[in-house]
Amino acid sequence: MTRFVETALEAVRSIEDGATVMIGGFGVAGQPVELIDALIEHGAGGLTVVNNNAGNGDVGLARLIQLGRVEKIVCSFPRQSDSWHFEEQYAAGGIRLEVVPQGNLAERIRAAGAGIGGFFTPTGFGTALAEGKETRRIGGRDYVLEMPLAADVALTKAQVSDGVGNLTYRKTARNFGPIMAAAAAHSVVQVARTVETGALDPEAVVTPGIYVDTVVEIPAPEAEGARA
Amino acid sequence: MTQHSTAGLAVPRRSDEPLDREGIARAVAADIPRGAFVNLGIGQPTRVADHLDPADGVTLHTENGMLGMGPEATGDRIDPDLINAGKIPVTELPGASYFHHADSFAMMRGGHLDICVLGAFQVAAGGDLANWSTGAPGAIPAVGGAMDLAIGAKQTFVMMSLLAKDGAPKLVPECSYPLTGVGCVSRVYTDLAVFDLAEGRAHVRQTHGIDAGELAELLEVELAGPLGADRDAPG
Repeated sequence: MTRFVETALEAVRSIEDGATVMIGGFGVAGQPVELIDALIEHGAGGLTVVNNNAGNGDVGLARLIQLGRVEKIVCSFPRQSDSWHFEEQYAAGGIRLEVVPQGNLAERIRAAGAGIGGFFTPTGFGTALAEGKETRRIGGRDYVLEMPLAADVALTKAQVSDGVGNLTYRKTARNFGPIMAAAAAHSVVQVARTVETGALDPEAVVTPGIYVDTVVEIPAPEAEGARA
Repeated sequence: MTQHSTAGLAVPRRSDEPLDREGIARAVAADIPRGAFVNLGIGQPTRVADHLDPADGVTLHTENGMLGMGPEATGDRIDPDLINAGKIPVTELPGASYFHHADSFAMMRGGHLDICVLGAFQVAAGGDLANWSTGAPGAIPAVGGAMDLAIGAKQTFVMMSLLAKDGAPKLVPECSYPLTGVGCVSRVYTDLAVFDLAEGRAHVRQTHGIDAGELAELLEVELAGPLGADRDAPG
């Protein structure tokens, strides 16, 4: 059953040291900024973080990395013009990196939430990222075995939740939200607004409430660019 | 290099000057069929969109989760929740749809997209693609969606300069840079020529500012005539 809490800090309070935490978002779109800030304030460390990137600028995930709270990051694209905190930690040996092709990352997350014990994918076959992995020829095509990727906690952002945690998203901010919510033992979602149960068209629900454990309403999340 | 005979190659020379970047983008756009579903990657290939005729009904996919992507957003149309794979604000066209990341890559991996257009460091005549890493020691590996895009669509097109800044050819017998995908590229658009890659060979489709003989001098790959036409050629 979905629990509603008043503050972002309350929503992340159960995250323990050493936890694997999925963080949604692709760029600014869908980034649960307030939940990440709350995780920083909460203070848990030794984390394994799953995100598409490795932080940008000095805020959010980048700040979490700067503070030395992240022991390992699983992502597709850690090297960006403003990912200096990751680069610094990585160069100093302070953070481990697992680079995963973006589609494999998404499918591994989906597989974990769907109870799939691994899958054969053509992506990455014959490349350095498939080294040491089991391969198989199926129907004349070569595939690589990839394993599911689960988490203790997922922090994601959606647009609207009803009273039972059914979620809708907004445009490309949907990105990793639905699959991360399903792949985590405990999924925490920040939403821009909540509505009465029954107010969402059941046909329009994207993430059914069964995948949602904790919801916090954060009316107008500040845009990344507006934070100094 | 000079041992490759090109006398038998009947290759149309389409322009007296090499193509510039817009020219390459225009050449790619001209070859995209009406009604196709297309992914334009990030960076240079996104320029192809500027040369598509809206009347042709080409639908653009962006792997962060959208079909029906419109042009880049400007001014008050910028919406932080509506971006492309390069994280640039874009717009939506009538008929657009949104989906999550796993669905978006399933759509691509499952062969539902007709064409993907990518940049490259190197392409091998056999279709291998290298575009994600130069393999420099100490460099942080970052792949993004490159490996998924390379092998997903029905056809993968590459657009690039034929020669690197140091003059080394980028269409090569074997890639020396780390691979992104194996045997996945079907066509290569460059400033000097367009190639179809098939059956392990580079078939010259057309040249720009150069003739086939001069082209062969620049490359270490064996060249063949245009696909279909060469089968009747002697030897």
